[in-house]
Amino acid sequence: MAPVATPFFFYFLSGLALVSGILVITRKNPVHSALALILTLLALAGIYLMLYAPFVAGVQIILYAGGIMVLFLFVIMLVDVGRAEKERQFNKQWLVAIAATLGLGILFVKVFTASKTLAELLKRPLAQLPETSNTQQVGFSLYGQYMLAFEIASLLLLVAIVGAVVMAKKRI
Amino acid sequence: MVPITPIHYLILAAALFTLGTIGVLTRRNVVIVLMSIELILNAVNLNLVAFSRMWGLQGQVFAIFVITDAAAEAAVGLGILIAFFRNKETVNMDEVDLLKW
Repeated sequence: MAPVATPFFFYFLSGLALVSGILVITRKNPVHSALALILTLLALAGIYLMLYAPFVAGVQIILYAGGIMVLFLFVIMLVDVGRAEKERQFNKQWLVAIAATLGLGILFVKVFTASKTLAELLKRPLAQLPETSNTQQVGFSLYGQYMLAFEIASLLLLVAIVGAVVMAKKRI
Repeated sequence: MVPITPIHYLILAAALFTLGTIGVLTRRNVVIVLMSIELILNAVNLNLVAFSRMWGLQGQVFAIFVITDAAAEAAVGLGILIAFFRNKETVNMDEVDLLKW
């Protein structure tokens, strides 16, 4: 179960995810942003595979890249893209926003690398996550211990469907 | 080379979170702001799955719920965008000011 060539895959996939993330927030055309976001999602699915989570990787590709991003692309087609491209793309407070957010990001990184508690917890052996029965174990969790959250999530999806249809119809 | 510990994944998640937050705070196009919110949610998911590598399956179950919530939120947010675009013919964030006094 020893991973093969892990540093190469990690740096390649994380570089891909970061470059695509930068493309998402800087492109003028929303379609380019959506395609860059799909690339980010696929790179993250590869990283989930490296973290011994094949079911989450599959759900990410099917639901996120194949469902939510298709929804985004449909709505971009409905909304006028040509007019939005000619306007100014970044708002007036972009400098303050970038400064504040970089401060927050540096704070996160400092907390992760300098935390003694996290270093202590990392010394313990990593969890035994067998790859062949990951879907079964996740299924047992979802239908056993987290049954209530599962049912509430289905109710949430029903409410979201009704809400989205009502918001998008021309005449209710 | 230094072996890849879960902290590497946490730093990648923090970087993606930073990029998503910059996108939300900086862009004027509503669709790109919604896509930056999806980027933030993906950073949180990566964080959850990285911790699940250390401690068991609960993180992955939580990540599946986060993906479900992201789908619901994207659907409703885009519905609101369509309704707003039908009225005002613009996707500019600065012009969403009908409630301003």
